[in-house]
Amino acid sequence: MREIALHLLDIAENSVAAHATEISISVCEDLLNDRLTAVVLDNGKGMDAETARSVVDPFVTSRTTRKVGLGIPLFKAAAEMCSGGLEISSEPGKGTRLSVEFQRSHIDRMPLGDLSGTVLTLVVAFPEIHWLFQYCADLPNGKADFVFDDQPIKDALGIEPGRAAKEQAAIFCEPGVLGYIRVHLEEGVLSVQNYIQNNLVSQ
Amino acid sequence: MTPIKSLEELKLMREQALEKRQVKTASGDAQVIVGMGTCGIAAGARDTMKSILKYIETNNLSGIVITQTGCVGLCDQEPIVQVVIGEAPKVTYGKVTPPVAERIIKEHVLNGKPLEDHVIQI
Repeated sequence: MREIALHLLDIAENSVAAHATEISISVCEDLLNDRLTAVVLDNGKGMDAETARSVVDPFVTSRTTRKVGLGIPLFKAAAEMCSGGLEISSEPGKGTRLSVEFQRSHIDRMPLGDLSGTVLTLVVAFPEIHWLFQYCADLPNGKADFVFDDQPIKDALGIEPGRAAKEQAAIFCEPGVLGYIRVHLEEGVLSVQNYIQNNLVSQ
Repeated sequence: MTPIKSLEELKLMREQALEKRQVKTASGDAQVIVGMGTCGIAAGARDTMKSILKYIETNNLSGIVITQTGCVGLCDQEPIVQVVIGEAPKVTYGKVTPPVAERIIKEHVLNGKPLEDHVIQI
């Protein structure tokens, strides 16, 4: 995979498979310390310590846990190649937290990619899940922050938790709703990226 | 169609959509399923999905439900898209790039003619 955003989509799919009802994805570009971090946090079924350790190793993963597959090991390798790393902490019944870190300026660091596309895809495909997304930038002279919470949109659309998934999906796929979420996400991500651009130039 | 800019407008849109839907359900809803396992994502499933959402948005198409599924075991055929219309059997497509996805919506979902050259048997 050529983008951090695609890896995050893949990780979030694991959270969905773990029956999470709330999933948060946060990405932060820290230009003060030259780090790029991303965290996917869910309240799914979680794993015991041994399983959490083994999912990062492609050679330990057994057939029964095959659905985790190569996604996590490849993401970990990409991060380690860029003076970073990947960590998973998890507790059965509580949820899982996966964090990944890169040296932001590293020559091998893959691009962030289409973050808004990743979030749009998840929000539309899994309307029964409460999605939170944060994208921030820390610069020497200030910071930018974009927060997306799909709950106000669901409230406006009259989607209640526990309502039939198919019915929820139907209203989310109305062209007007799709357009609203897409534009909101694209503008939010762009505002942070523009902030980084403008403030880097002025330094 | 003017784009929706506020949550208030979103509420209004919901009422209209519910009315339209009551008419639609009688004829059978269309469901489009995109494979989003690791294999699908690596092969470009997100951009395939995005192109479908964009097509729906641009052409103001109501009543098409887009969902996801995991790996269906045909990783070399990814990105995979499946179409279910009403009671008709599920049709599976392989190697669905964004242009192929648009054709699937236009020719199969809207006009009922499956794209024979992209159908795969599972």
